[in-house]
Amino acid sequence: MTMTGMLLAAVAVLLTAPFIGIEKLTPAAVMEGDSIVREIFWRIRVPRVIVGFIAGASLALSGMAFQAVFRNPLATPFTLGVSSGAAFGAALYMKLGLAFGLAWLSGQSISAFFWAAVSIALVYGLTKMRRGFSTATMLIAGVAINFFFSSLILFMQYMSDFTQSFRIVRWLMGGVETIGYSSIWTLVPFMAVGASIVFASIRELDLLSLGADIAAGRGVDVKKTRRRIFIAASLLVGGVVSVCGPIAFVGMMAPHICRLIVGERHARLAPASFLFGGTFLVLCDTLARTVIAPAEIPVGVITALLGGPFFLWLLLGGAAEKSLIFGRESV
Amino acid sequence: MTVLPVLEVGSLSCSAGRKRILDSVSFAVGRGEFVSLIGPNGAGKTTLLKCLMKILPFDGGTVRINGKDLHSLEQKELASYTAYVPQADSRYLPFTVEEFVMTGRYPHLSPFTACNASDRSAVIEAIALTGIDDLADRRMAGLSGGERQLVMIAAALAQGSEMMLLDEPAAFLDPGHELSVMRLLREINGRLGTTVLMVTHDINRAILTSGRVLVLDSGRLEYSGAAVDLISSGILEKIYRREFDCIPHPDAGCDIIVPDVIEYDG
Repeated sequence: MTMTGMLLAAVAVLLTAPFIGIEKLTPAAVMEGDSIVREIFWRIRVPRVIVGFIAGASLALSGMAFQAVFRNPLATPFTLGVSSGAAFGAALYMKLGLAFGLAWLSGQSISAFFWAAVSIALVYGLTKMRRGFSTATMLIAGVAINFFFSSLILFMQYMSDFTQSFRIVRWLMGGVETIGYSSIWTLVPFMAVGASIVFASIRELDLLSLGADIAAGRGVDVKKTRRRIFIAASLLVGGVVSVCGPIAFVGMMAPHICRLIVGERHARLAPASFLFGGTFLVLCDTLARTVIAPAEIPVGVITALLGGPFFLWLLLGGAAEKSLIFGRESV
Repeated sequence: MTVLPVLEVGSLSCSAGRKRILDSVSFAVGRGEFVSLIGPNGAGKTTLLKCLMKILPFDGGTVRINGKDLHSLEQKELASYTAYVPQADSRYLPFTVEEFVMTGRYPHLSPFTACNASDRSAVIEAIALTGIDDLADRRMAGLSGGERQLVMIAAALAQGSEMMLLDEPAAFLDPGHELSVMRLLREINGRLGTTVLMVTHDINRAILTSGRVLVLDSGRLEYSGAAVDLISSGILEKIYRREFDCIPHPDAGCDIIVPDVIEYDG
């Protein structure tokens, strides 16, 4: 029931968002309108909405996976430094002016994926250095990695000329604007593989959210599952960050709101987070391009401004008791 | 007893850094046995259970479960033989009671199929046997310690394994809940034939409920013998470094330990 509602909301938003913007469009105008209207609609608005949806859905799904694996409500691509790692990878690619690719995959995304995976490996490795596995250590490691990569990005900006620097700064603010469909083709393979892995692991995520010892007692290969989820999350985050820059808060907020709506079982939580994250980012982006039209606000600014207070409101309104505790895992 | 061992542990050693936690521990548990594992704090009891569940790696020795080497067992296969109830803690647990019990079916599910009728009936049976029917729709986070422990055992039961490892299943429980948990374990052991290996600090409970007792001290197995002979063996004084007063139990016939009188002459 709630799931159908979320699906309908997603479809409704996807169908209406392309018509809204600096230039209001109507279906009739798109059908019969002049070539400029069609151009705006098909080459700018529709791809942008699709990119927004994929980005939001991917971030939400990766946030959900991190929260289950680390059993912590604060575990997200942002807090673990994975976004920064991916951003560093993408910025490095921009700065070096590289141009490589693997088959049809863009080099920038591959670089972002690689560095996202490196930062997860670092955070996980640092966390595991002491026997056992403490979520507090994990968060501290995440913060450290975050600062480390952010500083590297700053350093790169400092070393760049003005145009390069501006390009990096604008991209770091986060945005889903695009022209044509190439961004979508860049995003799709990363999302498809990452999301498939997450959806194939919903039972393991259920069990890991009970704690590694219980999960192992029920037959989950904890190490293997964690590794698999980390690769999936790196793909999801790397893909999004390379195209859209780091977009804050979707990865943390969407899964939490969905837990309140559909419960904690990942069979429902995963599709709900996917739909909610996508819909939410498209809505935020629609706001971003209409609030101070004709100017645009980077969507990352909107998600953070909107998301922060909403999240606090939720947390203070009773969601806190549902949040996972800071525990120490034995695996 | 000439029963086929379901668990064979040979020279098991485990270290954390330089500290040796388990030192060449060897024992076997026969099918259908009810074994208690006692020992002072820090003796390595929890570590032993975690090694058996492959939650912790061990540095030396062999573990065979159903005759199969632990290293060659996939985690899922291990879980189909052995269920594990960890030490009770205050961690947040998601899900409702029924959903939680359903997680016990994990080793029997293939990745892309839904739970079938036999999974559902295993869950219903486990809930009925543990007597938690009226809790089924409650949230795990809202349960009392005693209720929560019954649900943990129900989930382990739903797993349908032939052996159950429990880490202090009745610690922190009031005498009423303690009794229901221990009765439940006896029933699981007696009626279903499930092998039980239970860590406990309650020496009387170990004597009165189990057939055999294992004693671990500083990572070494110091005693393995019939529960009724535990007190006369003199091992307790050695490992706990204190004296015990004993009296015969009025019904069981064997000796049990009586609580100490603590005198204060200030």
